[in-house]
Amino acid sequence: MTGDTAAPGKAIAPRQRGSWIGAGWLGSVHGLAFVGLALAEAGLILALTLELSFAIFVYPLLLVPPTLLAVRRLASVVRRLSGEWCGVPIPEPYRPYREPGPRAGTWQRFGEASGQLITEPATWRDLLWMTLDPLLIWLLPAIPVTVVGWGLFGVLMPAYWNPIVQAGGNNWYAFIHVTNWLTALLSVPLGLAFIALGLWLAPYFLRWYGQAARSMLAPTKQVALEQQVAHLSETRAEVVDTGAAEIRRIERDLHDGAQARLVAMGMTLSAAEQVIDDNPAAARALLVEARDSSAKALTELRDLVRGIHPPVLADRGIGEAVRALAMDSRRKIQVTNELPGRPAAPVESAAYFAVSELLANVSKHAGASHVWIDMRYERGMLRIDVGDDGQGGADPSQGTGLRGIERRLSAFDGILALSSPPGGPTVATLELPCELSSPRTSSF
Amino acid sequence: MRVVIAEDLFLLRDGLIRMLEAHGFEVAAAVDTGAGLLAAVDEHRPDVAVVDVRLPPTFTDEGLRAALEARRRVPGLPVLVLSQYVEQIYARELLADGSGGVGYLLKDRVFDSAQFAEALRRVAGGGTAMDPEVISRLLASNADDSDLGGLSPREREVMELMAEGRSNAAIAQRMVITERAVAKHTSSIFTKLGLQPSDDDNRRVLAVLAYLGR
Repeated sequence: MTGDTAAPGKAIAPRQRGSWIGAGWLGSVHGLAFVGLALAEAGLILALTLELSFAIFVYPLLLVPPTLLAVRRLASVVRRLSGEWCGVPIPEPYRPYREPGPRAGTWQRFGEASGQLITEPATWRDLLWMTLDPLLIWLLPAIPVTVVGWGLFGVLMPAYWNPIVQAGGNNWYAFIHVTNWLTALLSVPLGLAFIALGLWLAPYFLRWYGQAARSMLAPTKQVALEQQVAHLSETRAEVVDTGAAEIRRIERDLHDGAQARLVAMGMTLSAAEQVIDDNPAAARALLVEARDSSAKALTELRDLVRGIHPPVLADRGIGEAVRALAMDSRRKIQVTNELPGRPAAPVESAAYFAVSELLANVSKHAGASHVWIDMRYERGMLRIDVGDDGQGGADPSQGTGLRGIERRLSAFDGILALSSPPGGPTVATLELPCELSSPRTSSF
Repeated sequence: MRVVIAEDLFLLRDGLIRMLEAHGFEVAAAVDTGAGLLAAVDEHRPDVAVVDVRLPPTFTDEGLRAALEARRRVPGLPVLVLSQYVEQIYARELLADGSGGVGYLLKDRVFDSAQFAEALRRVAGGGTAMDPEVISRLLASNADDSDLGGLSPREREVMELMAEGRSNAAIAQRMVITERAVAKHTSSIFTKLGLQPSDDDNRRVLAVLAYLGR
């Protein structure tokens, strides 16, 4: 869910690959592939009809849940292809499916599986879709393919007009009655025109098909809301947990650090007070000790504050704070800041600690000689790249650090993407949806 | 020596006034905002201003901005900036005009009032006073620098003290060596880092800071 950044109800334009001719060929090939898909869908529907027709023999019923799951998988293939080929991404509408336990008996498993599948509204929508889709495929993605095919038939007419006429065929190509070389050659440009028309149409028909598919296969409003609620309660629980853990850590740090030092300081001062008349030299030593204690307490408090909310971040915002972070690093880090304003404070803080964690990772693992940070604001998102030319091969599933960053960001519907091929370079990109406020104008 | 203080916390402002007066400074004005500092500087033309970084109304880096603005209005006005924390980024902004007469210290340094008074006198005299923490962070972030690696441990120590703004005499006293030995170390440092040698205390500090702040 978090990865789906495309706004629902808004299609992305079909991918532009070179010229419209290239896009057209690609679209035609994809259309042809959809025709194959239509056959598979029809096969599944047929299988399901047969299983239900022979339900009287009881055992065919056992095949129904696996068939329904196959329907689900095929529908998911359509969803994926719709995103990749038609430019209309479709999210998954299903509630989590629990595989029946392996120890359960055959019929118990059947009961559990079919119970879940029947109560899942998306199953019924999938089935309806699958019955209609073969027809829809012939109406949409297959039409440009047919037109291109018809064009090819015309272009190649000179090769076989004679045998057709010899065999007594009444050979019309569109409005041309092909009876001799002249008419056969005339059908070549007409065929080319048909091919061009088909290629030109292909991306549009694919897009329309994708939109039709989405109207049936996308989560209904209610399901989308359910999914959002589930996501929200999950991230809220995480936010509450990390918040509570953070407060416990601060409490412990204060208790063991500054608080303890202040107590010690008070004791040292009272000891100094006791001896000040009899032994001024000892009292002086105790006072120096008390002063050192207070300096240490201050240092500890300072470090604590830095961990809670770094002062530069509050003063200058994320851009300067990251620059300060880079300055304190042992290596030279190139920072590019193209932010026209400041995000809200909580977003800034999340982004800052994510960058700080990423930099710590870089210095721990990467073996990099060049590190760069790039900050910008695009399409309503704060985007920060942290890149290095180290050996790469970072695995997000390995580090708990990366998982922690993702958790922090997900509370703001932000995401972390990591590209780290073996041999490098590694680029971690974080994206946080937010609004920017205009930069503060100083009174001086 | 006349001082203007800008500090919003009453306890600290009061403490600063008392301490500075005890060390023979004359406190011309004590204000609690950045705008107040500018007005007081205009009115009293002090020998040096002591400014807290965080001031109302924004409670961000208001004081630092006011200090920089005051130096823009009164070129060469010595300013000592105090803060609960030190940042390289702010140190660089203060040093950016390269004219000296700036200090940037943690508030903790007030604890040693004699040293603090000395630092303030140094700044008022056109010198610099950088907090050891700024220097150690500058050094840490340059630790992989091969030129710095060429310095002997003794030279590094001299350089740290020099970057804080101390004179050869002060460094000699601190390290318990002769002034002549310090001078030898400093010229060796300047050669190794490829900096212009200089006898002027302040020039050499700025050179070292510029080197570290590249």
